[in-house]
Amino acid sequence: MADTTATTRGGRTRTVRQPSRLRWPLRIAVIVYLGLLVVWPVAIVAFKTFERGLGPVLEALGQPEVVFAFELTVANAFWAVVINTVFGVGISLLLVRYEFPGRRALSALVDLPLSVSPVVVGLALLLVYSGRTGWFGPTLERLGLQVIYAQPGMIMATAFVSLPLVIREVVPVLHEIGTDQEQAASSLGASAWQTFGRITLPAIRWALVYGVVLSLARSLGEYGAVKVVSGGVALRTQTATLLVEERYSQFGADATTAAYAAAFVLALLAVVALVVVSVLRPSDHDR
Amino acid sequence: MTTAVTPSASDALAGTAASEDTPTPGRSPRGRRRRTTLTRASAIGLGVAMLWFSLLVLIPLVAVVVQASSGGWAGYAEALTSPQTLAALELTVGHAVLVTLVDVVMGTAIAWVLVRDSFVGKRVLEVVIDVPFALPTIVAGLVLLSLYGAGSPLGLHWANTSHAVTLAFLFVTLPFVVRTVQPVLMEIEPEVEEAAASLGASRFTVFRLVILPSLAPAITSGAALAFARAISEYGSLVLLSGNLPYSTEVASVRILSFIEGDQLTAASAVASVLLLVALVVIVGLEVVSRRVARHG
Repeated sequence: MADTTATTRGGRTRTVRQPSRLRWPLRIAVIVYLGLLVVWPVAIVAFKTFERGLGPVLEALGQPEVVFAFELTVANAFWAVVINTVFGVGISLLLVRYEFPGRRALSALVDLPLSVSPVVVGLALLLVYSGRTGWFGPTLERLGLQVIYAQPGMIMATAFVSLPLVIREVVPVLHEIGTDQEQAASSLGASAWQTFGRITLPAIRWALVYGVVLSLARSLGEYGAVKVVSGGVALRTQTATLLVEERYSQFGADATTAAYAAAFVLALLAVVALVVVSVLRPSDHDR
Repeated sequence: MTTAVTPSASDALAGTAASEDTPTPGRSPRGRRRRTTLTRASAIGLGVAMLWFSLLVLIPLVAVVVQASSGGWAGYAEALTSPQTLAALELTVGHAVLVTLVDVVMGTAIAWVLVRDSFVGKRVLEVVIDVPFALPTIVAGLVLLSLYGAGSPLGLHWANTSHAVTLAFLFVTLPFVVRTVQPVLMEIEPEVEEAAASLGASRFTVFRLVILPSLAPAITSGAALAFARAISEYGSLVLLSGNLPYSTEVASVRILSFIEGDQLTAASAVASVLLLVALVVIVGLEVVSRRVARHG
């Protein structure tokens, strides 16, 4: 049971190896390292959240600022994921199925957002869309669209940081499935949309689901980029991660409980996303 | 046929898959140069996608470079060489190098245990590896503070010291080397190792001469990604490191304090250094993956 992952992922059964003298030391070193770095600290946070019982936690989560922060976070994440899914599937199809000048460059560039510091993302958006000094900001503001210190800017920052996640999942699968079925469908008279809906989309659906779940997890937890472009005003532009920071820096047990409760909910969402991905993942090899 | 990497959570962070360039079956190799196969509809799609990508990513990043150069070379050099900025860059790069080295060793060890060892609860470790990737960075800071900050059950008081920077970097970069090495380790044929062993090679020799060379490209790309992530880290340090100038202030925090002080040119100068490193890492990865594709 324990090594089903290894077997299915490798695609073949593995010969059983003789135990080595290093096996136990290595196993223990890895478990202790992960325990000290991840498991123990996460467990303490879960424990501290419920230190005073469930009542204060629910009360903290019911505060209007907290409810608002989570609503805003979910709305931002939703739009960022919708945008990245449409854009991601489109770009993936273009990169894999078509040939055009600059394709390689584009393929490398779409990975760029994963390596850019969130603070730099915020700064970059600020320089272009700031209503006061940005390149396009003043014009957009005259047209009635405020980007920075408003929701469009937060959605853009969130979309920026999670942009490559869908593409990374979909591109390898598109390579793998090839074009035979798509060509067969179109030679039988299917339109481009029919071919996409009936052939391509079902083939990439699991990759798409992982991409969307990973993007969602990343979007819900975005902090640095959103901090720069949002201003973090409570009940206006304060997302859940910004609320955790603000409450943790305040004094008093109630503020601390609110910080821990919000952090716990964010962590729970992240872990649920991970479990969903790891449960769904092996099924695409059983096709 | 290809170096197709198993799609997994890792690829999402790892970066070997999307930039990989495997010709689609059915495409003629002859027509690869300067020819487009775009139809009218797909050309419009490409146009719309490029417009959005430019508005969201390219133009803003260009704006950072333009803003950084607005003070000329003198202004750029001045912004970067102020003692506090220099200290922040040194701290960031120094700790990132250190943490990347730890990641190379521990990441390879973790990947090894996940692939070659089997014990009850290994599935749990698989999920634990991805926790740092999924956990919001601000929560990561809170989490680390609980074991290494005030009131630590271990009696450690690492908050607001440079150890906090090391810890935060170690936490957020944990998955990279593991997730790039793991799929490669799974693909290694046991027959090669058995052959080497049957010819009298010791376990260490087999590891050094057979396994390590095949893992090297994966370790390199994992390390590059970990390094890039470490130098750009911000969120996990906010609560943990105290952001003290000259001792725990990293480059990202420096950029933020420039932004808050409305010194956008200085902020852009520091940001351009981080962008340059990110670009070097991406180009380096592209070169590594091409070389692997050619030899593999």
